[in-house]
Amino acid sequence: MKPGDIIAASVPEAVDARVYHDSDIFEQEQERIYRGPVWSYVALECELDGAGAFKSTFVGNTPVVVTRDEEGKLNAWVNRCAHKGALVCRALRGHAADGSFVCVYHQWAYDAKGNLRGVPFRRGMKGTGGMAKDFDLAQHGLQKLRVASLCGMVFLSFDDQVPPLEQFLGPDMCRYIRRVFNRPVRVLGYARQNMRGNWKLYSENSRDGYHGGLLHLFYPTFGIYRPSQESAGEVDAAGFHNAFTVSKPSQAGGYESYQSEANREMSGGAAGTEMLRDPSVLEFRPEFDDNIALLIQSLFPSVVLQQIQNTLATRQIVPHGVAETELVWTYFGYADDDEAMTRHRLRNINLVGPAGYISMEDGEAVELCDQGTANTSGWRSLIEMGGDDVVDHVAPIGLDENAVRGFWKGYLALMNGAAQVQS
Amino acid sequence: MNPPVHAMNAERQLLLAEIAEFNAAYAHCIDDDQLEQWPDYFTENCEYRIIPRENVDLGLPAAIIFCDNRGMLIDRVVALRKANIYPAHYSRHVLGPPVLIKSEDQIVHVQSSYLLLQTRMDGETHVFSAGKYLDVLERVNGVLRIKRRDVVFDTHRIDTLLATPI
Repeated sequence: MKPGDIIAASVPEAVDARVYHDSDIFEQEQERIYRGPVWSYVALECELDGAGAFKSTFVGNTPVVVTRDEEGKLNAWVNRCAHKGALVCRALRGHAADGSFVCVYHQWAYDAKGNLRGVPFRRGMKGTGGMAKDFDLAQHGLQKLRVASLCGMVFLSFDDQVPPLEQFLGPDMCRYIRRVFNRPVRVLGYARQNMRGNWKLYSENSRDGYHGGLLHLFYPTFGIYRPSQESAGEVDAAGFHNAFTVSKPSQAGGYESYQSEANREMSGGAAGTEMLRDPSVLEFRPEFDDNIALLIQSLFPSVVLQQIQNTLATRQIVPHGVAETELVWTYFGYADDDEAMTRHRLRNINLVGPAGYISMEDGEAVELCDQGTANTSGWRSLIEMGGDDVVDHVAPIGLDENAVRGFWKGYLALMNGAAQVQS
Repeated sequence: MNPPVHAMNAERQLLLAEIAEFNAAYAHCIDDDQLEQWPDYFTENCEYRIIPRENVDLGLPAAIIFCDNRGMLIDRVVALRKANIYPAHYSRHVLGPPVLIKSEDQIVHVQSSYLLLQTRMDGETHVFSAGKYLDVLERVNGVLRIKRRDVVFDTHRIDTLLATPI
């Protein structure tokens, strides 16, 4: 089966499961999506503090490095020496002392912008060896990527034709990014998990509001989730990106009032009868000019930006292989948080991440779908909750798969060779 | 870590043996799936964190599990039993000998390595996590309890998810 046939057999509301397993499709995704007309999130600007700062990461499965140069500008290049293809940068992050990046193998030296600055024995010695006389350093720099940032979120693109970042994200997504990054942030730490499944299974998961109270039973078990909470889902015109918002409880007492109410209503060991001994894990301290207590923003192709209670995080999706997907969580708070607020955020983090009360199941869901769809031929998924089309606004969430269809709409357009898809 | 400066004496030997037995029992409690007893190893106002070594090395505070009282440990167990969904598995902790950092009155600072193997229902056993316990133990009514345990894990790319404690 050729990749094109599998793509042709797929529509946004019914996808041929071989898209999750076919290695030719995975290769084509690298070319048409990750090295194509999209912007991939890779870092927060605050992670790149000062000249010479760098961070190693990936765009798709290509190793890349983001750097800050002497002028304070951000740069990015493929982490592959022009000589033998060795990784030039071997650390996850740090500061290059003199702003130079030297490949350890033969000490070819590059600057923060990725320009080749020096080749040992370039002229040979006493007339012997060396590179040809016309060897031009300028022609052998590292492969450079485009860099753009919005409110401190750094994105890269391989494509010279990609629309500007804000146009690619669309106005709604930019609005929510500005909301979260309304003032300087500070990284609180990282967590990484490896899911044994295809990256698109996770991309669907983060756009799937239907599973929230059904897979993540922490909510109903402790009587926390109320279908009456106000919620909405917004999808950009291309279908790529999605933002879910859920309002905070309107009653006094917040989430604890939900809990005691649920405990009054139910008894006998049924769902909703458990009480948290320490409900502070759920506490929400309003810190925005709105009532949104939960924001989950999926930005195609590589990141989820979240505010869940007071946990702020990016989740970078790194597709290492057709069935190997790394999720890198970067937790952050605001630079002006006091100690008590930081401690509160750290307690809230129990909800999310690889061990999170309301997120650990997502890794399991990805793997169950991976295992269940292995070795199919022509089996297609059913993504018809709430219709078979893609609309730009849904409220309330939880009863539809609109944003999942949106993801496939954008994905299929790119895989079918669309040179540009704009929001 | 500096080389030990204390000659071994009987008191020290007894304390180390007591800690080793305490840790072994702790590990069996988890490995035997007696999670309801797990919070009993801690003091009431304990702190328990599972934190990537990556964060510790960077001086960053975020942990993937952070409890600052025993009630939060009990909540974690109730959630695992009644709410959370994760791959069925066996845990097997293999612990290194405790190394005493300092001991004063009722408080003992100690650390030890662990290797946590996981066996899922396909029957294959993998290293799930390698790391160390950085502990502050407190003697309560004559017996040791955990006042603070930082589980610092080297294996910072977690295999799928982390459900049961380390």
